[in-house]
Amino acid sequence: MKRVGKQTIIFENKPKIIANSAIVGPKEFAGPLKDFFDYRIIDDKWNEDSFEKAERKMLEFAICTAIRRSKKKLKNIDMLIAGDLLNQIITSSYAARKIDTMYLGIYNACSTFTEALAIGSVLIDGEYLNNVACATGSHFSTAERQYRYPLELGNQRTPASQRTVTGAGCSILSLEGEGPKITMATMGKVIDYGIKDANNMGAAMAPAAMNTLLAHFEDTSTSPKDYDLILTGDLGNLGSELLKIIMNNHGVDISKNHNDCGKLIYSDIQRTVQGGSGSGCSASVFNSYIIKKLNSGEYNKILFAATGALLSTVSTQQGDSIPAIAHALVIER
Amino acid sequence: MINAASKEVKEKYDKLVNEMTPKSPHLKNIIMAFIFGGLVCVLGQAIYDTSSTLFPNLSSTELGSVQSIVLIFITALLTGLGIFDKIGNIAGAGTMIPITGFANAVSSTAIEFKKEGIIFGLSSKMYFVAGPVIVNGITASVIVGIIYYLIDLIF
Amino acid sequence: MIETLILYLKVFAVGGAICIIGQILIDFTKLTSGKILVIFLMAGIVLESFGLFQPLKDFAMAGVTVPITGFGSVLAKGAIEAVKDKGLLGALLGGTTAAAGGIAAATAFAYLFAMLFNSKTK
Repeated sequence: MKRVGKQTIIFENKPKIIANSAIVGPKEFAGPLKDFFDYRIIDDKWNEDSFEKAERKMLEFAICTAIRRSKKKLKNIDMLIAGDLLNQIITSSYAARKIDTMYLGIYNACSTFTEALAIGSVLIDGEYLNNVACATGSHFSTAERQYRYPLELGNQRTPASQRTVTGAGCSILSLEGEGPKITMATMGKVIDYGIKDANNMGAAMAPAAMNTLLAHFEDTSTSPKDYDLILTGDLGNLGSELLKIIMNNHGVDISKNHNDCGKLIYSDIQRTVQGGSGSGCSASVFNSYIIKKLNSGEYNKILFAATGALLSTVSTQQGDSIPAIAHALVIER
Repeated sequence: MINAASKEVKEKYDKLVNEMTPKSPHLKNIIMAFIFGGLVCVLGQAIYDTSSTLFPNLSSTELGSVQSIVLIFITALLTGLGIFDKIGNIAGAGTMIPITGFANAVSSTAIEFKKEGIIFGLSSKMYFVAGPVIVNGITASVIVGIIYYLIDLIF
Repeated sequence: MIETLILYLKVFAVGGAICIIGQILIDFTKLTSGKILVIFLMAGIVLESFGLFQPLKDFAMAGVTVPITGFGSVLAKGAIEAVKDKGLLGALLGGTTAAAGGIAAATAFAYLFAMLFNSKTK
């Protein structure tokens, strides 16, 4: 069996990430990762008549650019696996209309990107498919109106809140070709520590990240020092601090090599409170900054665990707590 | 609830989260709320006084309506121009508690949902945020009226 | 002149103080803005029903009528006065009639400006 422990899958054929593409909005482009993003949109609506259509266009753009960079023909891309934050994942499914291939629409909130990579890797490792495109995206203005309040409402942001990233990213997985290899995937369980504050996603997701990371270390008999980087998805500043503390309580110290996409994408002066979030956050940071560092050899082996808060406005209004999930991947050069 | 943490773990984690979560700058927020709230009320008073000189035949109740209407107009305009949310971010309760907060909640929602159409977007979602004020206010006023009516009957 | 100045100072101080209560509710409780607005509105209705709003209004004018509590008092006062004139029918007519200006203005201006402007990313 290609599995170790309870939750970790080993990819013997080592699917490769042969091409990437990321595109971000203006605020993200003004942040510290400016030099790593290849594409940005100058106007948040990107000449479309709604923010939803702009989000869709960004995802389409990320997918098409990644396919072009992989030097594969569209007919050789066997499948698109995509997800986003909007109700009924309309961004992904509408974007998939333009991509003439099999399509899996998936949703695990902000952890959707690693979920897509994990599913894609399984399909490739099992030699069912040759080339798979994995993509996710999100948009500040569409998420804000769906999950929170109208943009023009004059309310104050709470001190634990995060900003949904305007951005999209796509990775092309393939058996042949050059690129970082996905060697393992640890799929997460849904974890709920009873956090009810929908403005404190970092706190809701940190236990899920902990659960998946601990399961991974146990399954594979590795420890944090075996990795150059342990990258979480969008815990933000507060969630990252919480994760370090609760990991320490379990005797695992990740403080030396942990980082977080939500922390990386904005600088403190951008007034995003705790950092970035959203399914576009890990997708855009991974497909630009992280992949460039992997290709340049700065990182050789990373553990990438995107986290997702699986709430909806209905569950929040009914006073339910926030379940969360994290899926981790080992990516090696 | 297999993957839900035990009550003990939850309580411990909740305590940790409360310790770690940064607090909003309370003193600054309170001072800003006082200053902006005071200024909005002074503006209201100025509108009241000006209209009482301009239209001397209006009753004090009608002047009160004029005061609200002008403040609502200013808020709706600033909301449309994309300025009000910036003020509100600084002023907090200072612009939320006055009638400006109500007007902003109505107009920001109307603008936001325009994309879904005039009828099912703008019109039907307009009171999505501020609706509770109208619903509870009108219902409570009816109840108060009925109670006063019953008191009158009995005594 | 001095009288006007004193009135404006009272308006500023009382209005500001009411907003401080609101800010404390925002910062120290998990109440959402909608709930806080309703609490203030209900406070206005209750004060008016017990005849306690008028003295406050005489003292601080716009300081108590501009906050949403004032809207509550208008609703309650309208209903109470209409009951005296029209009986039980007044309970249904009074509140909304008295608050008509505010409701109509909020609706019509929101409609107007929604047609003219679009929301912007922050």
